[in-house]
Amino acid sequence: MDSWRGNLRVFWTLFTPGTFWLLIFFIIPLAWMFGISFSEKTSITETEFTGTLANYIRSFDAIYLQIIWKSIWISVLATVFCLLLAYPIAFGICFVPVRWKPLLLLLVILPFWINLLIRTYALIAVFRSQGYLNLVLGWVGLGPFEMLYNDGAVIMGLVYVYMPFMVLPLYATIERLDRSYLEASLDLGGSQFQTFWKVTLPLTMPGIITGIILVFIPCLGSFLTPDMLGGANAIMIGNVIERQFKSANDWPFGSALSFLLMYVTFAALALRAYLAARSKGVDV
Amino acid sequence: MPVYCPGFSARRRSLLKGLGALGVGLSFMSRHSLSAEEKKLNFYNWDTYIGDTTLADFEKATGIAVKMDLFADNDELFAKLKAGNPGYDVIVPTNDNLERMIKANMVMPLDMAKLPNFKNLDAVFQDAAFDPGRKHSVPYLWGTVGIGFRKSKVEGTIDSWKVLFEDPKYAGRLALLDDAKIVIGSALKYIGQSLNSTDPAVLKKVEELLIAGKKNVKVFAKDNGQDLLASGDVDLTMEYNGDILQVMTEDDDLSYVVPTEGAEMWQDCLAIPTGAPRPENAHAFINFIMDPQTEAGIAKTVQYATPNAEAKKLMDKTYLENPAIFPPAEVVAKCEPALYLGEDVTKSRDEVWTRVKAA
Repeated sequence: MDSWRGNLRVFWTLFTPGTFWLLIFFIIPLAWMFGISFSEKTSITETEFTGTLANYIRSFDAIYLQIIWKSIWISVLATVFCLLLAYPIAFGICFVPVRWKPLLLLLVILPFWINLLIRTYALIAVFRSQGYLNLVLGWVGLGPFEMLYNDGAVIMGLVYVYMPFMVLPLYATIERLDRSYLEASLDLGGSQFQTFWKVTLPLTMPGIITGIILVFIPCLGSFLTPDMLGGANAIMIGNVIERQFKSANDWPFGSALSFLLMYVTFAALALRAYLAARSKGVDV
Repeated sequence: MPVYCPGFSARRRSLLKGLGALGVGLSFMSRHSLSAEEKKLNFYNWDTYIGDTTLADFEKATGIAVKMDLFADNDELFAKLKAGNPGYDVIVPTNDNLERMIKANMVMPLDMAKLPNFKNLDAVFQDAAFDPGRKHSVPYLWGTVGIGFRKSKVEGTIDSWKVLFEDPKYAGRLALLDDAKIVIGSALKYIGQSLNSTDPAVLKKVEELLIAGKKNVKVFAKDNGQDLLASGDVDLTMEYNGDILQVMTEDDDLSYVVPTEGAEMWQDCLAIPTGAPRPENAHAFINFIMDPQTEAGIAKTVQYATPNAEAKKLMDKTYLENPAIFPPAEVVAKCEPALYLGEDVTKSRDEVWTRVKAA
């Protein structure tokens, strides 16, 4: 391929829209929020940049660290369940006859056609104590079970919402998997179990890691799901941040908390880079 | 006959319907006409919160066409106007939010000479603690935040906040609102304080009360307490009277009470935001709303309590004698409107709320 220096016009044509987009919708708002996080409120509607660290110091109050910690483990559990469920689904889609694949992939992304809020209300209708699931269980003499308004319900809601983000990257890597490796392993005396652990899993690791990142990060910042499905203890850091921008009217503190959350996310990405470096040879 | 369709009634705080407001874009610009204002008005209101024919009647009477946009909660209204008025002429903020907007110079003083119908209002509504002398607002409709409950699932008379805050009898069967101001305010009333108390020691006591009582709470309802009650998920819930009233029309087993300790008495007000492009039309509209016929039409549709004494004379008994709309006078005497207590108090109450939720 020619060097981009030789095709400046092509370079600028391709470079400008993306950069413009990134600048207007990502860098400028983020920089503005970064500034706000070092500002103080001067009146009901105004803030002034003073370089204060007070908002960050307040973020490190034990109560907020405790909530961030809780958000992390809820997100970790949701991600793990997503992976455990999505892996067989992605595997299945890869190994069905070709004509079924588009339909199955469509089914995976179909929920995106409906707004998250509506889908969450639908989950409530299904799982509440007099919901459809308990109705069906009642026919066989079980229940009713209290399935909503606890941390388990929040995790279930997150798994449901973010599952496609796990299935799609897994599908992409498993689809590319060279099946002759699996045959070689089995031919050379490896059991199905050994083949999976020693061949399939390492070769699909890039998809697993991408899926984990795509699920974990949005889980960490979610606020609608814990609001709607969680019980009296359901509070995640996203809820606290949302309140700062709404009822508490404290944008500087909300911005500081958001950036704190972003640093946690960066830590997750650093972990990915570390894992990538360790699994040398495999292109993550 | 009230035009009161249960499925589509007074759920102005409903989250789902608020989504409709998101879909309504702002396509107008603020146009300052030099002399006479053009015959238009931009009205920013809650959903399902106006009479069936109010806007059409106003256009017939004055030739002014009203374009109504909807907001879902006070935070949305405040956020929309925070950076400057995008072109609204009349807004409907709730008492404490109104007071905050007055202090931030976000609403204009009213010209009382242009509001002769103000005299129709009940004397107690002609002044307000959150807008002394009614310089910036007139009352539109009012209500309370009390306890909605399922009659067949409770014992004895429900008349105290105790059932929600302390009584283990209904553990796991009750919901509180997910709203720091209202829950803390109601708890303050329960321990015999003003709901506008700013005393840190009192606030600490409320925090302890809420944390201790939280084990009985099934869920902090995000504006859907009435649905939780109607579906049987909870048997008692803290809610706005209008929301409970709506499910009461569908289920005879439900009821609503304002606890004898008193409660928050909210008041939605009409005000003109600073920078309104057509203040003359806005005054004409506000005056038109305070006309007894207009106000009665609104009250019939939305089934909230009217502050208009003349309009009340036009209403039927089922409306006037409904205790969920008009609580007994001795209970009303104990109710208070929430005041805007300043940004520091908002912050400390938010911190209390975070600790209660995380406990």
